[in-house]
Amino acid sequence: MDTQTVIKAEKLNLTFQTNDGPVHALSNIDLSIDKGEFVSLIGPSGCGKTTLLRVIADLEKPSDGTITVNGMTPEEARLKRAYGYVFQAAALFPWRTIADNIALPLEVMGLDKAEREKRVSENLELVDLAGFGNKFPWQLSGGMQQRASIARALAVQPDMLLMDEPFGALDEIVRDHLNEQLLKLWAATKKTVVFVTHSIPEAVFLSTRIVVMSPRPGRIHDVIDCDLGENRTLDIRETPEFLKIAHRVRDGLRAGHSYEDV
Amino acid sequence: MKRVAPIFTVVAAIIAIWYVAAVFLNAPFERDQAERAGRPIAFSEILQRTMVQERPILPAPHQVAAELWDTTVTKKITSKRSLVYHAWITLSATLLGFVMGTVLGIVLAVGIVHSSVLDKSLMPWIITSQTIPILAIAPMIIVVLSSVGVTGLLPKALISTYLSFFPVAVGMVKGLRSPEAMHLDLMKTYSASRSNVFWKLRVPASMPYLFTSMKVAVAASLVGAIVGELPTGAVAGLGARLLAGSYYGQTVQIWSALFAAAIMAALLVTLIGMLGTWVNRRMGVRPEAAR
Repeated sequence: MDTQTVIKAEKLNLTFQTNDGPVHALSNIDLSIDKGEFVSLIGPSGCGKTTLLRVIADLEKPSDGTITVNGMTPEEARLKRAYGYVFQAAALFPWRTIADNIALPLEVMGLDKAEREKRVSENLELVDLAGFGNKFPWQLSGGMQQRASIARALAVQPDMLLMDEPFGALDEIVRDHLNEQLLKLWAATKKTVVFVTHSIPEAVFLSTRIVVMSPRPGRIHDVIDCDLGENRTLDIRETPEFLKIAHRVRDGLRAGHSYEDV
Repeated sequence: MKRVAPIFTVVAAIIAIWYVAAVFLNAPFERDQAERAGRPIAFSEILQRTMVQERPILPAPHQVAAELWDTTVTKKITSKRSLVYHAWITLSATLLGFVMGTVLGIVLAVGIVHSSVLDKSLMPWIITSQTIPILAIAPMIIVVLSSVGVTGLLPKALISTYLSFFPVAVGMVKGLRSPEAMHLDLMKTYSASRSNVFWKLRVPASMPYLFTSMKVAVAASLVGAIVGELPTGAVAGLGARLLAGSYYGQTVQIWSALFAAAIMAALLVTLIGMLGTWVNRRMGVRPEAAR
């Protein structure tokens, strides 16, 4: 198996200038992610995990340091539509049906109607929403909306998925279900996934590698390898291996917090 | 029935108050007449007479209704005394002005949203334009334009435009800026062009704002058209009717012209509202939220 590096960050810094003075959102981030990996960024609020994802997506520019995506700058990668981005909320356009929402990036890409329809129905199928194409977003539950937004990201056929707490707003039962589905999807498509979360079980269950981050300044505290084997189910969360990794993640999160007087 | 009952109650209350006010305001004239004639007058007689005066201070509702009926249904539409004819003159100026105002408002809003230079340079002028009393500027527009040979419909329509572009411009600036940051980021991740962002995100997001501001604009247009008919001593239009009525003390005529204008405004606003609801439905807005 070739280990091709798709994301490489070196000495990455990002400082936001706010009215209360500069905020050091990212400090000396060194990280490389290989093709086909499922990497979770976990940490408390304000640790810069979402900011890091946004830098990879070129929605935010780093203050200094270098970052490459597929060997290009993030901007070049974005212009080549190298990734699909899934936001915290489904961010579906309320005036478009589910099918038309999924077709949105395809329209922007200028694909013809036949190709758009083909990709829409494929991806609706993939996220288990076949038959819901003609519904409007408000007619779907929160979990279904988020699945539709994942289908929309996949329709672009990117090599990489960037997911920013995609299941954060959903209840635990739906979240468990979507975690399983996402894992299957990842196993089937072998896409590189960068996944921001603040749920330890979610990170351990899904990831091949967990990046533990800590706040003020936002930095990487620990990187934990974590491969619990293929075709795992939610039951794996009771196994000793799972608990051991979860424990290490929790320790990392705590240590990152230790200097604070909480 | 549940929706109609409250409306009827309010209408009934207004008519009752109106009748009382008519009696109250018109009674002094009757007392005066009786006194001059040197004969006593009973209250019941005053009551009766205040309802049928030819030039009452405040005409009774049924007098206005009768005048409205008389000047719309029984007169030929082409007659100079038909209110339908006058209403049409005003309506045509209103609609022309409204269309021009809406287009101008949208064009300005698109410019302002896409260019910070235009935002900084135009916005103050747009707001200032509305602080000038329309009654002051309307005669000047009419006079200046007629001196260069532009008369008739267009000068009135321009005054309508002047009043109606403002709500549309302000509403559309807000509407075109209404997409959430997340939706804009989403379009950026697709490396969507400006025109894609505009047509696929900003325009649909602005639709509810457009129809709300168009409702305000169409009512303002009507006011503009009527105001435009006043200073010229125009011969036709609801404004001319108002003016002629006040020259000759024909209060019944003034009130019926006023009502014609109000009914027209209500119809126009309702029409725009229905159009808005229809567009919203087509855009998949939840049925109960579409109104």
